[in-house]
Amino acid sequence: MTTATPKYRNNFLKEVEANVEEGHWVKMCMQCGVCAGSCPLGPHWQHSPQKIFMMIRAGKREEVLTSDSMWMCTSCYNCIVRCPRKLPITHIMHGLANYAHRLGMAPKGQPTEAIAKLFWDNLVKTGRVNELKFSLAMYFKDGFVQGIKNAMAMQGIGLGLVKAKRLNPMEILGGHACKDKSGIQKMVAKAREIEDRRKGFSGAGA
Amino acid sequence: MAKKQYAFYPGCSSQKGASASNFPTSVGVVCEKLDIQLNEIPDWNCCGASIGYGEGGELPRLVINARNLAQAENHLAGQDIVSGCPACWLATRETVERLHESDSLLAETNEALKEAGLNLKNTVKARHIVEVLIEDIGFEAMKKPVVKAIEGIKFAGYVGCQTNRPFGIAGESFENPQYLDRMIETVGAEAVKFDQKVTCCGGALAFSEPDKSQKQIRDIVESAYDHGADMIVTPCQLCQANVEIYQSEINKKQGTKFSMPVVYYSQLLTVAYGGSAKQAGLDGQLIRAEKLERIAGKQ
Repeated sequence: MTTATPKYRNNFLKEVEANVEEGHWVKMCMQCGVCAGSCPLGPHWQHSPQKIFMMIRAGKREEVLTSDSMWMCTSCYNCIVRCPRKLPITHIMHGLANYAHRLGMAPKGQPTEAIAKLFWDNLVKTGRVNELKFSLAMYFKDGFVQGIKNAMAMQGIGLGLVKAKRLNPMEILGGHACKDKSGIQKMVAKAREIEDRRKGFSGAGA
Repeated sequence: MAKKQYAFYPGCSSQKGASASNFPTSVGVVCEKLDIQLNEIPDWNCCGASIGYGEGGELPRLVINARNLAQAENHLAGQDIVSGCPACWLATRETVERLHESDSLLAETNEALKEAGLNLKNTVKARHIVEVLIEDIGFEAMKKPVVKAIEGIKFAGYVGCQTNRPFGIAGESFENPQYLDRMIETVGAEAVKFDQKVTCCGGALAFSEPDKSQKQIRDIVESAYDHGADMIVTPCQLCQANVEIYQSEINKKQGTKFSMPVVYYSQLLTVAYGGSAKQAGLDGQLIRAEKLERIAGKQ
């Protein structure tokens, strides 16, 4: 687990402003609640963005970073376009999710956190997403037995996609890739190193 | 007429054997007819999609997109980047804007890009194919190559999220954009009223939160039926995949009898321009768009 620098420990809003993507916008929220009413997954999350923003200002670090709310974001951008104060709410939610993930504070077994990691690791390997390997990795993320069950349940859809030439079983052998995948990997590692340094993560690097 | 040139960013889902592999087939026909030349960005990489933030964070995400921009700057100078995938477009355009706003982010981006031997000046414009069609070609010119009116088919124009928000098409409203309906009418078809026009299909959460996403998808398909649509038409690869693929799951779990074809606007245009079902990529549908295939098959 990586830990954040202790310099913000008693001021969570300052910590968010410094370490969370677009976090400097949080203080601009006027608590109107339009974001809460605009979210397609609104009924399913613990706290609406509006509540999250107020909780940040109230210093509720633990409650915010362990909330499942940020992980319910489908990236539909409804909240962004409707916010009267023009806060980039979607990006702040993404930023909070990433920050909670990097601190190891996201709810245990959060499924969107798990697939987000699988997706990123998949794309960094070759520079392009391998949909077959990504799907299989998702099915098997909760172990072998569950993986077989998931794969069996989805086999009809999988075969349909193969038949329509929209899923290629041969991708398991490698599939599409960028020519300069080593350059891409070095570049991504460097970007992570810079960002970790800037945000004060002790475990800088990948 | 000289062809209009663009730096083309196809995106992962449009590759051969990928989930939207039937999309580029029809785009090729449309571009041919409208004198548009798409020049593929050499060795382009994934944009990170809408789920890349979880592990990728901010700078690594900006950097992977900056690589595509730098490749376009170097190899296809002076051309706008054009993508057919809303997620690719969004991530690329967001990167352009974020790096314009912050000199320090641009400096950090270039520090990372150096590892891949690249440097970004950030001079390229990132656009969606739909913008090219509407702004550079226009509805009148889009109508000219029509040789077959798509008559007798009712379409629910499903714009979805990311083609529409946060950037959208200039001059259109976020809540009720009109351009897709206009495209449907341009090829002689009927656009039904559709109250789920800009509803989210669940996006990447179709994988991680299937029940919650399938509730979204059910609302979308049901509304298309309620408004008398024969099929759904969309500009988005993920909308297409989610709304088409999961209908059988919803039927299995909830006893519905959904069988609503979901096609791309480019497939509509291709058929209207005289293309065959295969050229339109209609052989890539899980739920066959039979009415459209029939028109494509007519001499």
